[in-house]
Amino acid sequence: MLFLHHLIEKQRPAFEKGGKLERFYYLFEALETFTFTPPTTAGLKGSQVRDAIDLKRMMMTVVIAMLPPLLFGMWNIGHQHFLAIGQPEAAFMDKFLIGLIQSLPIIIVSYTAGGLVEVLFAITRKHPINEGFLVTGMLIPLVMPPDIPLWQVALATVFAVLVAKEVFGGTGMNILNVALTARAFLYFAYPTDISGSKVWTYLASGDKVVDGYSGATALGVVAEQSTLLSEQKADFAGKAMEALGNTPWAPGLFSFENMFWGAIPGSIGETSTLMCLIGALILVASGVGSWKVIVSVFVGAYATALLMNGLAVNAYMSVPAHYHLVMGGLAFGAVYMATDPVSASHTEIGKWIYGLLIGVMTIIIRVFNPAYPEGIMLAILLMNVFAPLIDYYVVQANKNRRLNRATV
Amino acid sequence: MPDVIKLKQGFDINLAGKAALKLTEGIVPDTVAIKFDEFLGMHRPKILVNEGDVVKSGTPLFFDKKMEKVIYTSPLSGEVVQVKRGEKRKPIEIVILADRTPDYVDFKKYTASQLAGLPREAALDQMLSSGVWPNIVQRPFGIVADPSVAPKSVFISGFDTHPLAPDFDFIFKGQESYFQAGIDVLKKVANTEVYLGLNASAEVSKVFSGVKNASIHKFDGPHPAGNVGVQIHHIKPVNKGDVVWTLHPYGVIQIGKLFLEGKYDGSKIIAVVGSEIQAPQYYKTYLGTQISKYVKNNLKQSHVRFVSGNVLTGTKLTDENDYLGYYDHMLTVLPEGDKPRFFLTDGWLGPVASRLSFHRAFGLLSFLNGKKKEYVLDTNINGEERAFVATGNFEQVVPMDILPLHLVKAVLANDYDGMESLGIYEVVEEDVALCEFIDVSKQPIQQIIREGINLVRES
Repeated sequence: MLFLHHLIEKQRPAFEKGGKLERFYYLFEALETFTFTPPTTAGLKGSQVRDAIDLKRMMMTVVIAMLPPLLFGMWNIGHQHFLAIGQPEAAFMDKFLIGLIQSLPIIIVSYTAGGLVEVLFAITRKHPINEGFLVTGMLIPLVMPPDIPLWQVALATVFAVLVAKEVFGGTGMNILNVALTARAFLYFAYPTDISGSKVWTYLASGDKVVDGYSGATALGVVAEQSTLLSEQKADFAGKAMEALGNTPWAPGLFSFENMFWGAIPGSIGETSTLMCLIGALILVASGVGSWKVIVSVFVGAYATALLMNGLAVNAYMSVPAHYHLVMGGLAFGAVYMATDPVSASHTEIGKWIYGLLIGVMTIIIRVFNPAYPEGIMLAILLMNVFAPLIDYYVVQANKNRRLNRATV
Repeated sequence: MPDVIKLKQGFDINLAGKAALKLTEGIVPDTVAIKFDEFLGMHRPKILVNEGDVVKSGTPLFFDKKMEKVIYTSPLSGEVVQVKRGEKRKPIEIVILADRTPDYVDFKKYTASQLAGLPREAALDQMLSSGVWPNIVQRPFGIVADPSVAPKSVFISGFDTHPLAPDFDFIFKGQESYFQAGIDVLKKVANTEVYLGLNASAEVSKVFSGVKNASIHKFDGPHPAGNVGVQIHHIKPVNKGDVVWTLHPYGVIQIGKLFLEGKYDGSKIIAVVGSEIQAPQYYKTYLGTQISKYVKNNLKQSHVRFVSGNVLTGTKLTDENDYLGYYDHMLTVLPEGDKPRFFLTDGWLGPVASRLSFHRAFGLLSFLNGKKKEYVLDTNINGEERAFVATGNFEQVVPMDILPLHLVKAVLANDYDGMESLGIYEVVEEDVALCEFIDVSKQPIQQIIREGINLVRES
């Protein structure tokens, strides 16, 4: 492969200072370092050997950990489609292909739109093109509903990369999780398109849905039922579960087992708790994701939901605690979003607090704010903002220990 | 039995090319050199010799104009052949051509029992004028200690956990009496407690087993358990305003020898190690030795890098005519890693088990090899320099109650208060060397820490 490297190296003078294409140097650098790990050696003084890891490999590990939910999500798009039109017995490949055709454009648009912003900034701000986008570009499609218009994907990605990342100085400097910012942007900019019951299942024009069909997610169903019952001041005991069980076109759709498995309507990658756990296993085993954050999000959510059960005054509060763990995007958020090392808490003690509070906030937002059926997105964004504060106190504690030592 | 302090954080880099326990004496280098850059706190050296001067072992060569009492002397007898200067006549190094027969400047000689009654001032003067003083490196800052400042304590680490580090039991064999005399003198001069850190997971070397007048602590854990900074942190941490003296056992022995024999002995045993050395072993030579005689006909190939010191904190030498550093006890020879690697085969997406990694990210399989596997690592940095990404890994290789990432960020932000309160006084480069090794963003962490130290020192 050396000839290829020579070929690339031959182009180098044009991109270096004084060259014709000087301003595109970082584009050249990105291409070169993508194909070849450069022959850079250690400096004069300091560590003369280095670890085999680099940022690209680390980011790639996250991308690989996202493959289980992605592949499952593709199948699930097709599965939901055929459920809705009353042909649940359709072949596996038919379901998968529909999902592939539906989701691939979203992935391509996300990578292209975000990549363009990234390159533009790298050229104007003269910094290397960062590998972080490998992950963000894949995360964004996974939190998109399958039926989202592509222009919205592009717009949200551009907004997120610009506002959540580049204005703060690029990868490593961002305060908010970039992919979640994209999702939140859509949520607040086009609320009618991304909430409600229409977007979660792909339906081609002319498709006839089966009788009794509703495309709402489990969270949507419970929220709606809960609001309804509150307005009627009716007895809520057991009503949430009843509503979840009321899916005549696909019996058992919102059973605990099925929600854990993930064959339910929802964003492309978020539906399957099982696949997220497989991803979590990859992230934790590889040491790239923090198990502390993942575990503490689940613990926080479960404990809060249990507390809600005890104090239940409406249908939503009475939803069994373990249901909360498999409904909506909690698992996906805990595994892929909360663990983002840049926007999460940077200290080890901080990670416990950060994760716990995400879990707690998720359930609170879900249950007490029917306008936002999905709590994890806002909970993580909120805690992203608070992570530096948590760190501040943990770091301050470290400083105080040092100070106390000196004065004793 | 002293308590064992168990350290969990850290990482052992098991390299190929360990030195066999074999010592060759009698290979005298043609030249030795003292490089001024080695002495980090040095302000402006005043050179006392000219080219052509004949010097003995212990003849003054130069002193720092800021600390005039500390004399740097010649490690062996011979002739000054070059006083090398760089731009603006900045002194670079003094090169001395070695004599065949060693000749020593006479210093005052004491018996072990006389040492007890030796007045502090006399001991201090002898240490300052003979050339043994620069062995005393102070924390904070990791610079040659100021003799006018009394230290809070004196620390000596009795083992080295760096990759391929020399075995102290072997290189200091038979030096027990010198070591003890050195401890006694140090205790007198410093007028405070002397601490000795020992390896809990190995048999205590004879050099250290009978030591008196020192407080002994044992440490167990991966590298950097042998770093004196780590040991200080766990026994008597350096606070703001404190000064702690640190010495390599070699320095203690040099001091002991000075008082018992009345001479400054610049000879030392070095380990010549690394995967590219045919027969890694020990050699008796001199401080600042030219490396050529020890690597000639002893290399497996020619495209190598000579490193003065260990692979984590060492300095790249220009070629085989270059000289070993003043504080270094080993020469490591590594394959030069200036080759590009295609991303799918052995680059960033390929599976690699032969290159060591602290991480277990996709395709990094070295953790499957087991701890016994010896690695041949080249000098490639295995990636590109990127913006900091807070992976939370630094904390896993620094066995101190210090937040390395936050400290580094405080340095980058020139935040003096932050540096101070986050522990800049407690660390030198070697304590964060593993952070530099494992960093995914390939940042020069050690250099950053030194910049921070300099900022605080000069403020």
